[in-house]
Amino acid sequence: MQAFWFGVIAVLWAGFFVLEGFDLGVGVLLPVVGRTDVDRRVAIRAIGPVWDGNEVWLLTAGGATFAAFPAWYAGVFSGFYLAFVLLLVGLILRGIGIEYRGKAETARGRQWCDVAFVLGSFLPALLLGVAFANFIRGVKLDSEGNMTNTFFSLLSPYALLGGIVTLTLFTFHGAVYLALRTTGEVHDAARRVIPVLGVITGVAAVAFLAWTAGVRGGWVSFVLAVVVALAFVASLDLAVKGREGAAFAASAVTTLLVPIWVFAALWPNVLPARNNAALSLTVHNASSSPYTLKVMTVVALVMTPIVLVYQAWSYWVFRARVTGADLDHDAYGSGAVGRTIAKARQSASELLGKPEPATVIEEVVTSPGDPRPPAP
Amino acid sequence: MNATTLARWQFATTTIYHFLIVPLSIGLTLLVATMQTIAYLKRGTPAAEVWDRASRFWGRIMLVLFALGIVTGIVQEFQFGMNWSVYSRFVGDIFGAPLAMEALIAFFLESTFLGLWIFGRGLLSPRLHLATIWLAAIGTVISAYFILAANSFMQHPVGLKYSAAHHRLELTSIWKVLTNSTQLVTFPHTILAALFTAGAILISVSAWHLRRAGRDGTAADPVHRKVAALGLGVVLVSAVGVSLVGHLQGQIMTKQQPMKMAAAEALWTDKTHAPFSLFAYGDVTNGKNKFNITIPDGLSILATNNPGGLVEGINDIQKDAVNKYGPGDYTPIVGLAYWTFRLMIGFGVLGALIAAAMAVQWRRGRMQSSQKLLRIATWSVLLPLLANTAGWLFTETARQPWVVFGLLKTQDAVSPNVGTGFVAFSLVGFTALYGVLGVICFRISKRIAQAGPEPQAQPVPGPTDDVLSLV
Repeated sequence: MQAFWFGVIAVLWAGFFVLEGFDLGVGVLLPVVGRTDVDRRVAIRAIGPVWDGNEVWLLTAGGATFAAFPAWYAGVFSGFYLAFVLLLVGLILRGIGIEYRGKAETARGRQWCDVAFVLGSFLPALLLGVAFANFIRGVKLDSEGNMTNTFFSLLSPYALLGGIVTLTLFTFHGAVYLALRTTGEVHDAARRVIPVLGVITGVAAVAFLAWTAGVRGGWVSFVLAVVVALAFVASLDLAVKGREGAAFAASAVTTLLVPIWVFAALWPNVLPARNNAALSLTVHNASSSPYTLKVMTVVALVMTPIVLVYQAWSYWVFRARVTGADLDHDAYGSGAVGRTIAKARQSASELLGKPEPATVIEEVVTSPGDPRPPAP
Repeated sequence: MNATTLARWQFATTTIYHFLIVPLSIGLTLLVATMQTIAYLKRGTPAAEVWDRASRFWGRIMLVLFALGIVTGIVQEFQFGMNWSVYSRFVGDIFGAPLAMEALIAFFLESTFLGLWIFGRGLLSPRLHLATIWLAAIGTVISAYFILAANSFMQHPVGLKYSAAHHRLELTSIWKVLTNSTQLVTFPHTILAALFTAGAILISVSAWHLRRAGRDGTAADPVHRKVAALGLGVVLVSAVGVSLVGHLQGQIMTKQQPMKMAAAEALWTDKTHAPFSLFAYGDVTNGKNKFNITIPDGLSILATNNPGGLVEGINDIQKDAVNKYGPGDYTPIVGLAYWTFRLMIGFGVLGALIAAAMAVQWRRGRMQSSQKLLRIATWSVLLPLLANTAGWLFTETARQPWVVFGLLKTQDAVSPNVGTGFVAFSLVGFTALYGVLGVICFRISKRIAQAGPEPQAQPVPGPTDDVLSLV
């Protein structure tokens, strides 16, 4: 069961990487794809309904680690203290930047939200790679399982390269996501940036994968590394060719496999000790009791399919590409009613064989934060 | 100022801040869901339109607060590992499970369905859209259940055994942890307090609008009258509920943590016919009170349902604790326990009284014209917010020196490898960030609240009405 839970946590991190990966990527890309206010709103609207549910994968990975491997949770979270503080600050800024942008009254307010959103995406994207690289490289542990590294020792070239890999990979994944989920300027800007991003990511990733093979891991992780690289190349190729759905599927496979590959390289360690291999935290010495693992297994087996079903359903509900017109039809304002009527009118004209009527603004639509419309 | 003290300050400030928002998140999602349900059930009638506008208006306010609750919540989950690694290793086998369940069962539910509620209004049928806000609300309540089960374990450890081989506590029964007698009173007490808080904010904002309309001589938006009535009902019912459950909770606490309740009452020596203290001024070093205004037999009745019942006192419990656990100071800060307990009750009672006064005026049809009462009522949400804070300060500080009662002391639980400088950095950092965000959140909420609901929806003019019949 310890092995099973090692796998569960790998899967939870994989879910987090594939889903939050593109959220973070969209954030990092905002200055590039969002030249105007409308474009920025389109980009944010592409992740708006799903970013919070995506972030929960991180909380579940953390919670599951606490429940199944408390010594690992304690060792990592206290040992990487400063990194976690910065990660938390990033996540806080990002969440507030996304949620308050529509409620800001002034352009200046919106700008601050954008800064928060971008910075709050950049920091986690970078720090996650640095952290995972350090897991692979190993840390200094004492006999109680406490990390004794200095903060700066966590910023080795290998770790920094790891950070660059996640940063560029998430940004690439975000660009591929935007190319699939938006239209107009944002879509075009995302497509333009993909080739450059792809090359930088590819170089960093291949370097990191190759370097890792020399640091830790066996043939399983090596095979997975090759698959990750191939999936990435496929994604870049498909994206450049304009096959947006397939490209996203491939980049999803890539980002999803990265944590799986990391965990395969780590096995059976969870937190290797560079200073003395005997002090490493492993699936055997860091896990909870068999009873706890059994309880959590039952909960996980029951709940995970349910969560996957309704999260998948929510993505299906929001499957339509985001256009500028959607922004006026936010749930906050009365615009949603107008949109439904506009859709009905369009279907009616089609049914009756009449040409579609010219778009007339019949109702002043509002978005959160816009000043109240004048009475008609 | 050592690392332990700083870590304690950080946990206290981040938790109190988080818990200013959380009761509003829980309560408002439930109440917004209620408003939207009323609108749905009454669809086709004029009242439906009022409740629909009410649910959208209050939904906007709810979301501003909810966002701050989410971001501050992540800090809470991570902080156990970051600052309290010894604690995490010692109790993680038990404590980690409810936290993991909270994320898997509750957080996914509330986040996914809140996103569906915010953005799905035009995409989902009205029934399905209504279901999304209810599922989000249920998610917040389930979340409360798990985290309170975890906290209840700290107050009254159950379902465990000690493993000498692993130097840690191990879970023997998840069922016992989830149905801990402490939990069975703490959970309803907290949910009722959340409803009290949400009802109070409904009253505060509605009162502000009603007062302005009364002052200007205009007719108030009907939304505010209906929402005020809903708020009053919720506050009054939850005030009664939270007191009754709180009383049971006090009795259970007296059995499980006698020192906590003795400190809450500034009772220094064991007493039968123990008096209830209304106001005490203590001489802590000498273990007695300098003066104390009391109600005879009151504490015995409250604690044991019997005027002659024995209630243990601080000094005697301290002696017993030394015998049981070895030398040490097992007395919390008595003044802090005493006053936070009283302030929690006092603020709550005051909030309920204001609601009661407003209810009387409402029955008389004079609510809108009672300018002075409406002005007081505008501030009323502060009272449950202060009561909630006082309550948590009480239950956590009066448990000291224990972090897990009887099993692990707070001073032994902190991360040994996180230096003072690091903790100081994060304490200052989070405090500053939370301060800025709090101001922003308040200003945005205030602006949305004062702007009021959208005006009545205008009928959409179209070339033919036939089109509308297809909708």
